[in-house]
Amino acid sequence: MVQPLTYFKESASQTAGPYVHIGCTPNFSGITGVYDTDLGSGSMVNDQTRGERITIRGFIYDGTMTPLKDAMIEIWQADADGFYNSPSETRGKADPNFFGWARQPGDMATGEFAFETIKPGKVPFRDGRLMAPHVTFWVVARGINLGLNTRMYFSDEEEANAVDPILSRIEHRVRVPTLIGKREGNTVTFNIYLQGENETIFFDI
Amino acid sequence: MKNTPPETTPFFARDRDWHPPAFTPGYKTSVLRSPQRALISLEGTKSEITGPVFGHNILGEFDNDLIVNYAKPGEMALGERILVYGRVIDERGHGVPGALVEFWQANAGGRYRHKKETYLAPLDPNFGGFGRTITDENGGYAFKTIKPGPYPWPNGVNDWRPAHIHFSVFGHGFAQRLITQMYFEGDPMIWICPIVKTIPDENAIKGLIAALDMQNTIPHDMRAYKFDIVLRGRRSTFFENRKEGN
Repeated sequence: MVQPLTYFKESASQTAGPYVHIGCTPNFSGITGVYDTDLGSGSMVNDQTRGERITIRGFIYDGTMTPLKDAMIEIWQADADGFYNSPSETRGKADPNFFGWARQPGDMATGEFAFETIKPGKVPFRDGRLMAPHVTFWVVARGINLGLNTRMYFSDEEEANAVDPILSRIEHRVRVPTLIGKREGNTVTFNIYLQGENETIFFDI
Repeated sequence: MKNTPPETTPFFARDRDWHPPAFTPGYKTSVLRSPQRALISLEGTKSEITGPVFGHNILGEFDNDLIVNYAKPGEMALGERILVYGRVIDERGHGVPGALVEFWQANAGGRYRHKKETYLAPLDPNFGGFGRTITDENGGYAFKTIKPGPYPWPNGVNDWRPAHIHFSVFGHGFAQRLITQMYFEGDPMIWICPIVKTIPDENAIKGLIAALDMQNTIPHDMRAYKFDIVLRGRRSTFFENRKEGN
């Protein structure tokens, strides 16, 4: 006999369903008067936030290239210096004027999502090499049984992207562009493809 | 709250055979919304093991009472009054303090307050159908609500959802992010639901069924259902790979 390993199993995921907005963004769904604001809504920056202002915009497409109109997207990112506003961030203190997390529904008519944020700094990989600036995405919706994780990197960071420990080890190079947000001015366009020839790379994190 | 140092270790790998796969044709909407290529494995970097912290200042007085949080003054939502309570723990069995738990549900007749909802059951003017809370230092949480009704939904021609409450949970790391649903002990609709049946393992389904707990009922007021939520655990020790070894 050996000593037993007493672990619990993670609660199984279930789809967020068609009415995730009732619970997570009720004001957006038209139910006002209970929460003052929807958690994670609005701009992620204020006057004091350090860093370059950008807007991330995009659509999430299904296998027929129809945009999802009922998805909810959350992002999590480092501040301009590469620090996360989290107790588990032990390397230094993040910008107190940047929370780093936000939540947006896709527009009910078009499906487009948008985040007003700053461009994050570089964060070290586990072995100390620097990862290129990136934003972590989490996507849930009706028909998605377990939330999907991906990352958005930046098209204006070619050199950093070329040596990024995650991007550089992806075998199928043709898929790497699915992780690169296209920067034009202060707008970064990042479309997510759930299926098809350009299926976005999703991570098992 | 206890002053314990934050953990900085990576999370246990997610058991993808325990969760529903992406492609589950019995749940039709998943067919065109399921990635078909293999996920790329990414063991926790800072970007995954960190996460935001939500303070109690975001909570309103009645955020954890769905019976009154949308009701007109002096009125209450209609339905079977219940207390839903439990703990948010991780796979090691450690309580997860400070976890944001959000929940939403249909009313007692099985109707959601949503503009895209078409079920003929009526809205309850005193029921919004959502709330939130933050776990205490042991990972405990509780809220009051009414038992939601089952309802038909467009999938098969005669598919019904069992009574359920949706849960969205934030742990301490973004990699722990989870959305799931709670079902009710003894409901025969659970086992014929196409969304429940996306979960391949019967024990995983049982882990989503809250037990009727008569010990924690509030006498002459409401019955209790106990629902524990398990988030991913994280390594208890941190020994990193050699820098030069990768």
